[in-house]
Amino acid sequence: MNALFFNMTLAIYFAATIAYLAYLVKPREVLGKVSCCILSAGFVAHCAYTVDRYLEAGHTPITNLHESLSFFSLAIVGIYILFERKYRIFILGSFVTPVAFLLMAASTGFPSAIMPLNPALKSKWLMVHTVMAFLSYAAFAVAFGAAIMYLIQQHFLKSKKLGPMYQKLPSLDILDEINYRCLTIGFPLLTFAIISGAIWAESAWGTYWSWDPKETWSLITWFVYAALLHGRLTTGWRGKKAAILAIVGFFVLLFTFLGVNLFLSGLHSYK
Amino acid sequence: MNIVVVGLSHKTASVDIREKVAFAPTQMEKPLRALLAIEDIAEAVIVSTCNRVEIYISTRDIAGGMARIKRFLADYHGIPPEILEPHLYAHHGEAAIRHVFRVASSLDSMVVGEPQILGQIKTAYGYAAEFKTSGIILNRFLHKAFSVAKRVRTETKIASSAVSVSFAAVELARKIFGDLSDKTVMLIGAGEMCELAAKHFINNGVRGVMVTNRTYERAVKLAEEFEGKPVSFDDLFDQLHKADIVLSSTGATQFIIKPKDVEEVSRRRKLKPMFFIDIAVPRDIDPKVNDVENVYLYDMDDLQGVVASNLQQRAEEAKKAEAIIDEEIGQFHKWLSNLEVTPTIVALRSKFEETRKAELEKTLASWKDLPPDGAKRLEALTAAIVNKLLHPPTATLKRAGQGGRTDLYVDALRTLFELQTGESEAEELGELEE
Repeated sequence: MNALFFNMTLAIYFAATIAYLAYLVKPREVLGKVSCCILSAGFVAHCAYTVDRYLEAGHTPITNLHESLSFFSLAIVGIYILFERKYRIFILGSFVTPVAFLLMAASTGFPSAIMPLNPALKSKWLMVHTVMAFLSYAAFAVAFGAAIMYLIQQHFLKSKKLGPMYQKLPSLDILDEINYRCLTIGFPLLTFAIISGAIWAESAWGTYWSWDPKETWSLITWFVYAALLHGRLTTGWRGKKAAILAIVGFFVLLFTFLGVNLFLSGLHSYK
Repeated sequence: MNIVVVGLSHKTASVDIREKVAFAPTQMEKPLRALLAIEDIAEAVIVSTCNRVEIYISTRDIAGGMARIKRFLADYHGIPPEILEPHLYAHHGEAAIRHVFRVASSLDSMVVGEPQILGQIKTAYGYAAEFKTSGIILNRFLHKAFSVAKRVRTETKIASSAVSVSFAAVELARKIFGDLSDKTVMLIGAGEMCELAAKHFINNGVRGVMVTNRTYERAVKLAEEFEGKPVSFDDLFDQLHKADIVLSSTGATQFIIKPKDVEEVSRRRKLKPMFFIDIAVPRDIDPKVNDVENVYLYDMDDLQGVVASNLQQRAEEAKKAEAIIDEEIGQFHKWLSNLEVTPTIVALRSKFEETRKAELEKTLASWKDLPPDGAKRLEALTAAIVNKLLHPPTATLKRAGQGGRTDLYVDALRTLFELQTGESEAEELGELEE
């Protein structure tokens, strides 16, 4: 049953990716709506998969890389659908949906068997901490997509090469606004994820902060986004600067999420 | 029934001819009724715009119909026919359908893709409908033309990009700012181009206007015209940070706005984007201003480059539009041909039936020693003969109808058998098909 939901999700995300890429080539309103419907169907299947796995395992299914990648993908799709409802920019999906699909595909590369939970993780904090962390990651992933689009569109406008791609991309203003909105969603979530992690660490390991690689890198990520938010609110870092920082921030975040688990060992390295 | 189109356009006639042939939009009843009074013109629609005058009719007689409209145009406007004739084009059948579909889709316009023409044809059709000079065929024809034009509009990008410098500037501004309704435009200097561009920005929702000029009085005058705020030229750099869009067109021989000025202004604006449009030749704004972060500078050449590439894009989109029209012509032509098939078959059958009945009655009336079942058997015999004889032409005609090529058969049958099909039958059929 669980594998069925998973494969269904993977297949639908693949279809949605194709549909959104087709939209990139031929931006027809109908195609955009169809793409959005396919993706929404995938989201439902993905939720079913996640809930089913939660019931089967008896704990929040974000305890290994397979589950984390899947949940990351789920969160990205969820946040993206929210943005699409608000801004009606289907083309953002052409940049975000492939990421969600690739994350989902990547999760198949890691063992998916449900393992008994490490006793250290048995806590109500598991859900709060991980869900918030991944929701913040997802918001930053959408910001990353919007930032890439911003830089492309900005390049067209500066160089005065106004080809078909320029016509398809939305205005700089909207892309910058999405960047900002994502930041205002992602940053508080990341902050709470770190704080809840510290509280949990105190009860599980007896200390709030132990400079474990994950903690260190989370803090670095937090600083990058804090700098971006600060710059935006005070000196008006907008447009190009904001886009570049959103991209840098996302790479740091990816390292925090994947690099730390794959290359460094510490308290967060659950295999 | 045939569709005939006669007219002239910017492609065949200069404005001094076009203005003589134009019909006043408020007085369409008279010419429309006059057209319908002409022999063998069943329906008529007059399209009259500043770039074209066209008359669409449905008629049985193609050559006669064309000649009569040409005569009508000359007589109605009091122009000698020999002067008008060389400017007129006349189409019928498929060519007429293609012509009207192309016109409605704005493929025949002076600026390909400009949207007004569709509205103008709709208005023209509105008059014809009001005065009941258009009927089943032209109604269907023009509705089809409207739907083809809509298809072209939605399925190609023929009208999606600006083809004038000032619209190109507005479009660029939309790509930078999105919504223009909370933006302010600053005009530096005056000039026709500059004012035109400013008007386009105001029409597209820009909120505030500021005007500056070396002669303050002129700034005040222009500001009044745009309901904006005059700014003294010396205060330019104190006020520039309030402007999102800057239109410059002064007679200055040197750059009046330099990168370091813009950097300073941009800082005061907290790096909010700015769009500079330099319409002046020689230029007013140093091209290096384009390198300042979140600042975009377009000069006259840049804007003309945008327009040129948009025009090229339209030409490419026009090819796609032609393909759509080809497809739709086939469908409509088939409908038009089929329109006459059924009434012709009905007329042919009733003609044969009447003849049979009349002859049978004559024979029966004069036949003294008719056997008891004789009348019944004669009835069956004659009916069978008529049915057998009519079967091949009926089947052929129906088959031809499937292929959309029936004019020849219908005309031949009508002439050979002297058939008359009333308009009412055609109308009934048309309603069934709607």
